Amino acid sequence: MSAQLLGLHQPGTTWLHRLPAGAKLLGLMAASLVVVLVHGPASAVVFVLVAAGLVVWSGARLGFTLRAMRWLLLTAAILGAWTVWQNGWPRAVEVVGDLVALILLATTLTVTTPVDEVMDAVARGLRPLRRVGVDPEAVALAFSLMLRAIPTTIGLAEESRDAAVARGLERSPRARLIPFVVRVVARAHDTGDALHARGIGDD
Amino acid sequence: MSGIRLEQVTVSVPTQDGERRILHETSLELTERRVALVGPNGSGKSTLARLLNGLVPATTGRVVVDGLDVAHEGREVRRRVGFVFTDPAAQLVMPTAREDVALSLRRTHRDKTERLVAADRVLADFGLAGFGDRSVHGLSGGEGQLLALAGVLATGPSILVADEPTTLLDLGNSRRIGDLLLGLEQQLVVVTHDLDLAERCDRVLLVRDGRVERDGSPADVVGHYRATA
Repeated sequence: MSAQLLGLHQPGTTWLHRLPAGAKLLGLMAASLVVVLVHGPASAVVFVLVAAGLVVWSGARLGFTLRAMRWLLLTAAILGAWTVWQNGWPRAVEVVGDLVALILLATTLTVTTPVDEVMDAVARGLRPLRRVGVDPEAVALAFSLMLRAIPTTIGLAEESRDAAVARGLERSPRARLIPFVVRVVARAHDTGDALHARGIGDD
Repeated sequence: MSGIRLEQVTVSVPTQDGERRILHETSLELTERRVALVGPNGSGKSTLARLLNGLVPATTGRVVVDGLDVAHEGREVRRRVGFVFTDPAAQLVMPTAREDVALSLRRTHRDKTERLVAADRVLADFGLAGFGDRSVHGLSGGEGQLLALAGVLATGPSILVADEPTTLLDLGNSRRIGDLLLGLEQQLVVVTHDLDLAERCDRVLLVRDGRVERDGSPADVVGHYRATA
């Protein structure tokens, strides 16, 4: 159930909801650049606080959002532990802080913006590139499929874990990983078939 | 010109030893409004259904839909032939119900506001009014299949191919989807293990071991299948 809410638009009337999708996308890109380019643990903590503030301001259901993000946060924690071991605390705070800030910023975008609007904004933004062979509609669709793939992939990971546990193989990374990869590839194949069958991408 | 025609069609897949034929030479003309394909698992029914909109290409022979060759006029054929899969989860590609239907309407409704209004109208037509903002993940099997059907029919196809659309559903939802499919004005080709559904069609084909073993009235073909399964 947690995966269902990640990347899901939650209707609202906040200023963030009213801001045009294109402006939010540009803002996300700019903020992401700042997060990546500004180094240091202190700035990473500030970025997390600002991004968390935006999520709260967006009116997102916090309990649900946090539950939806728990696997991403777990991944960030594992990455943090590895970085502490390899490079020490300051670097770990910076890496994990930057990652969590980026996740929170992206969540703010998806919570406050319907995917349809994001697709339109991406397609509009890429329209000048049509001259060099870029298909803006196709890129916009790929963008939305990527957003959709996040909760789907998390759901498949949970299914694979449950299947391994049911067979008493909870400690076997192989029993989790191989079925997970097979499921992800099969789902990608099925999604491709479904898009093809609906004639999406034909235009 | 209307209807579906298979002319000496075969389908083979490559194997380590060469190739395996999964559909032997088949010639058919399907003009009835409601056609069911029945048969054991792995018999080639889904392959036969997938030929009809080019999801599976014919290895030899020709598939013609409404006078259009599927191999050469795929885009036009896909506009006429809608396809519903067994698992709606694979078919619903957008986060919410409204956005998923709106995706189908992008070709016919360029204006976004009009598109969303049209999507809500489609949802209402399928008994999904109020589902617009619901996550496609959170839908029950029946609701998901209904939404998948709505998304496909929103494109205005003249033929609908459904590959085991009721297999994952409980009895109530299975009946609901079955009734809806059989009541459509479009020509319907349905792959199914639900013999009650098959018996309500106009023509039934029994596919076994990659061949159409029997083709005729529902009473005859379903009766034969029940006796020989």
